[in-house]
Amino acid sequence: MENKTIDITKEHCPMTFVKTKLALEKLKKGDQLTVFLSEGEPLDNVPKTAKEQGHKVLEVSKVEGPTYKIVIEK
Amino acid sequence: MNTSEEKKLSIICLSGDFDKVLAAFTLATGAAAVNYEVNLFFTFWGLNVLKQKKQRAFLGNTFLAKMFNFLMGGLKNLPLSRLNFMGISPILMTIMMKKNNVATLPELIQAAIDLEVNLYVCDMSMNILGMTKKDYIPEVKEVLGVAKFLEYSKDGETLFI
Repeated sequence: MENKTIDITKEHCPMTFVKTKLALEKLKKGDQLTVFLSEGEPLDNVPKTAKEQGHKVLEVSKVEGPTYKIVIEK
Repeated sequence: MNTSEEKKLSIICLSGDFDKVLAAFTLATGAAAVNYEVNLFFTFWGLNVLKQKKQRAFLGNTFLAKMFNFLMGGLKNLPLSRLNFMGISPILMTIMMKKNNVATLPELIQAAIDLEVNLYVCDMSMNILGMTKKDYIPEVKEVLGVAKFLEYSKDGETLFI
């Protein structure tokens, strides 16, 4: 199992979910992707769209300030 | 996988204005990232976006085509639809976008290519402008007309920009 991390805290729509999607594409089924993102639009939409695409969201946690961490399993 | 794979967005990109092209590619990449099948059909001014030559160049097979193509320019000459100020505004806009960490137009185009957005060239406009498929970036999937576009966009959402 591979674990990959991306930081999209500085990105805006649509690159937030574009980068998440491209990172997920490079992984195999069962691999995990950790995403650092900001509250607001990215936090509302990135986990939601990952779920819609059939991936599992294992964790959503606050890191500090407006930054959150989510873990997606492909 | 699920129903989301059946969603489809087709955009007719007539405009070669910087801001309108930006809107088209923002929608296209966003939709592709959430598993939409995305078709971008470029016609007339929109074709400037896909030219291999990003700067002004005398492309085409006739004198008039060469003049038109030179004046229309390429990706680096796209004007802002308002307040263009002889092409200074798109440059300033790109600087502002970078400063605010918003994806620039070339970044969005690359993302669209990475997400396998389908890029199509309008056969009629291409011929008027005396161009051939090899004048456009190799990622262009097909040169096509109205019938094919209707077939590809069938049962999806279509926008005209």
